[in-house]
Amino acid sequence: MKIALLGNPNTGKSSVFNLLTGLRQQVGNFPGVTVDKRSGFVTVDNVQHELIDFPGTYSIYPRSKEESVVFDVLSNPTHSQHPDQIIFVVDTSNLQRNLLFFSQVYDLGIPCVLVLNMWDLAQRKGITISVDELSKLFPSVPIVQSNARIGLGKDRILQALAGLKSTYVHQQSFIDGHPLCLLDDVSGQKLEAEERLKKIKSALLNVVHTKVPLGESVSRKIDRILIHPVFGYVIFALVLLTIFQFIFTFANAPMNWIDAMFAHLASGTSHAIQPGLVNDLLSQGIIPGIGGVVVFVPQIAMLFFFISILEESGYLSRVVFIMDRLMRPFGLNGKSVVPLMSSIACAIPGIMATRTISNWKERLITILVAPFMSCSARIPVYTLLISLVIPKTFVFGFINLQGIVLFGLYSLGIVFALLVSFLLKLFIKQKEKGFLLMELPDYKNPRWGNVFINVLEKVKIFIIDAGKIILAISIILWFLASFGPDMKDSMDGLSKSSTYQTMTEAEQSQAMASCKLSNSYIGLLGKRMEPIIAPLGYDWKIGISLITSFAAREVFVGSLATIYAVQNEGAAQTLLIDRMRNEVKADGTPVFTLASGVSLMVFYVFAMQCMATLAVVKRETNSWKWPIIQLVFMGALAYLSAWITFSILS
Amino acid sequence: MLNTLDHIELKRVVEIVSVDHSPISSKLTEMGLVSGQLITTLFKAPFGDPIAIELNGSVLTLRLEEAQFIEVKA
Repeated sequence: MKIALLGNPNTGKSSVFNLLTGLRQQVGNFPGVTVDKRSGFVTVDNVQHELIDFPGTYSIYPRSKEESVVFDVLSNPTHSQHPDQIIFVVDTSNLQRNLLFFSQVYDLGIPCVLVLNMWDLAQRKGITISVDELSKLFPSVPIVQSNARIGLGKDRILQALAGLKSTYVHQQSFIDGHPLCLLDDVSGQKLEAEERLKKIKSALLNVVHTKVPLGESVSRKIDRILIHPVFGYVIFALVLLTIFQFIFTFANAPMNWIDAMFAHLASGTSHAIQPGLVNDLLSQGIIPGIGGVVVFVPQIAMLFFFISILEESGYLSRVVFIMDRLMRPFGLNGKSVVPLMSSIACAIPGIMATRTISNWKERLITILVAPFMSCSARIPVYTLLISLVIPKTFVFGFINLQGIVLFGLYSLGIVFALLVSFLLKLFIKQKEKGFLLMELPDYKNPRWGNVFINVLEKVKIFIIDAGKIILAISIILWFLASFGPDMKDSMDGLSKSSTYQTMTEAEQSQAMASCKLSNSYIGLLGKRMEPIIAPLGYDWKIGISLITSFAAREVFVGSLATIYAVQNEGAAQTLLIDRMRNEVKADGTPVFTLASGVSLMVFYVFAMQCMATLAVVKRETNSWKWPIIQLVFMGALAYLSAWITFSILS
Repeated sequence: MLNTLDHIELKRVVEIVSVDHSPISSKLTEMGLVSGQLITTLFKAPFGDPIAIELNGSVLTLRLEEAQFIEVKA
C-alpha cells in the first residue's frame, strides 16, 4: 500500500517523515520529472507500507512545474504513485492557510489522517485548538497531535493509520459538488480558494482560540537585525566566511586521508594479484576512479551540514528575502545565492542545492553558471601559475601583486557568472513566471536528526547517481592515458638509452612515467591539438595536462609533473616550478611567460574542466542536453578569453 | 482611501479590498490574501523590494510586482 505525506511548506513535514521512517528511507525521482521523491517504509499492524514524501505546497494546484507532481499524482487514480492513504501535516499555529490545501485533499475522498504538528509551538503562541470542533468539519478523518521535532506523535499517527482501513467512509465533501479545476483555469482556482477559505474562516471561529500575546515576538526582534539594510548583509557575509573557513580548514584532512587510503588500496591490489591487464584496470583505473568519487564527500557533507542548519533555523528564507532584489536583474532568484556561494567551495553541492528553487528557468540558469565560481580545485592551478609568472612585487608598497591576481581570477568568475545568467535569461524561454510568495517561518533551533539525514541523503545521491558516471569517465581516461599505438616501443627505447642507465632508480621511474604519458592516446591527442592551442600560448605538454585535468582541475599540476618527470610533493614542488621556468619552445623562447601563464589561468576560470560537476548536472537536469551545452559553451568561452588574454599580453 | 499594497508605508494595518486578476491571483488567494483580510506591513528588504507582511500571525514575503495586484484600504 502507498501512503502519501502531504502538507504546506514549513509545517515540519520532513520531521514527521523522519520520525515515521527513521533511516529506512531513500531518494529517487518522481517518474518523468526532476523532483526528489523521498520514500521510506512504515510498519502498520505488522505490514510494511511505502510512505512517499511529496513536495510541500500550499494548494493542490501547482505554482511551478516541480509542484505539478502533487496534482498529477492526486488527480489521477491510475498514476503509479497514487496513494491509498494520506497523512496530511499541518502547522497548528496556522490552521487557516493549511486547511485550504487539506480541504482540497479531503474532497478527493482518499482515506486520510490529519496531523496537527508543532502543537507545543502553537500553545506557546497562545493558540489552543478544539479538536472536537475541528472533527465536525472533517467527519471520519482521525485527527492527531504531534510534535515531530522532538520526536512526539509517532505512535498516535501509526494508530490512526491502522484505524483508517476499516472505518474510513467519505461522508460529505467540504464544498459541494466541486470537481478539480483545470490547471490553466486561474479564475476557477481563485473562486474555489475563496469559497474554501470563507468556509474555513467561519468554521475556525469555534476551533481556534487565540490569546493575543503582548509585545513583539522573538522572531520579529531577530529579524530587525538580520534583515537590516546594512547589518543584514554584513551578517550574511560573516556567516559565509565562517562556513568557508570551516570547510577549508577541516575538509582537507579527510580528503587527504581518502586519497591516501585509495592509493594504499591501489598499491595493495597491484601487489596482491598477478601483473596484467586486470591488475592495471583495478589498481590504476577502477580503484583510483572510486577514490575520485569519494574524495568529494567531505566537502559535500560539510556544505550540506551548514546549508541544512541555515534552512532548519529559518535563516535561509531571510537570505532569500534580502538577496532577491539583487539577483533578479540577472534572471536569478534570491534562492540562487546559497548555491552560487557554495560553488566557491565546490560546484557539486552548489548545484545539488538548487533543488530549493521552484522555478525551472531560474534553477537551470543557476545550475549552468555555478561552475564559473572559482572552486577549491582551481586553487592548486592558480597558485602554481601565479608563483610561476607573476612577480612577487608590491603595489603601492603593501599590496601583494600575486594576491591581486588571485583576487582578480575569483572576481572574473563571479562577474561572468552574473553576465552569463543575464544572457541565458534572454535566451531560455519559459511561460511560467517566477515569483516570491513565501512564508518567513519563525526561527527555530535546528534539529540535528534532520540535519544528519539531509547530509546523508545528499552524499548518497552524489555517490550513487553521479558516482557511476564519474567512474565510467575515469576508466576511459585511464585507458587513454595507459595505452597508445607505439607506447611499448618508445618505453623499450628509453630503457635501452645510455642516459637512462645512468639515472637513479627514482629518476628512472619518473622518466618512464613521462614517456608513457607522452606516448599514450592522450599524449598523441595533446600533440595533435598543439596547432589548436598554440594561439593561446600552450604547447603539447600543456595540451596533455588540459585533457587529463578533465578528471578534476587539480590533476593539471600532477600531470605536468609527470610529463616533466619531476616530483611534485611538499618541498619538491619548487622543482616543478623551476622545471617549468626553464621549459622552452623549439625557437628557444620560454613556454611559460606572463602571457601564456595568465592565458592559462583565464582558461581555468571558464573551462568546464570537471567531470564530476557534469555528472551532477546530468543528474539534476535529468538529461545529457544541459551538461553538454554547458561543456561546449564554457569551453568556447575559455578558449576565446584565453586567446584574447594571450594576444593582449604578448 | 484605496491603494495597492506596494504603495503602503511600513507598520500600517490595512484591509484587503480585492485581488486583481493576474496569472498569480489564485496563488495570492491561496496564501490567504482575500478581501476582508487584515494585514500589517512589517518590513522591506534592503532596496525596498520584496516586502514582508503579517497576516493571522504568520509572515509572508512578496515582491512589489506581486503586491501591486492587491488593493487595500487603511
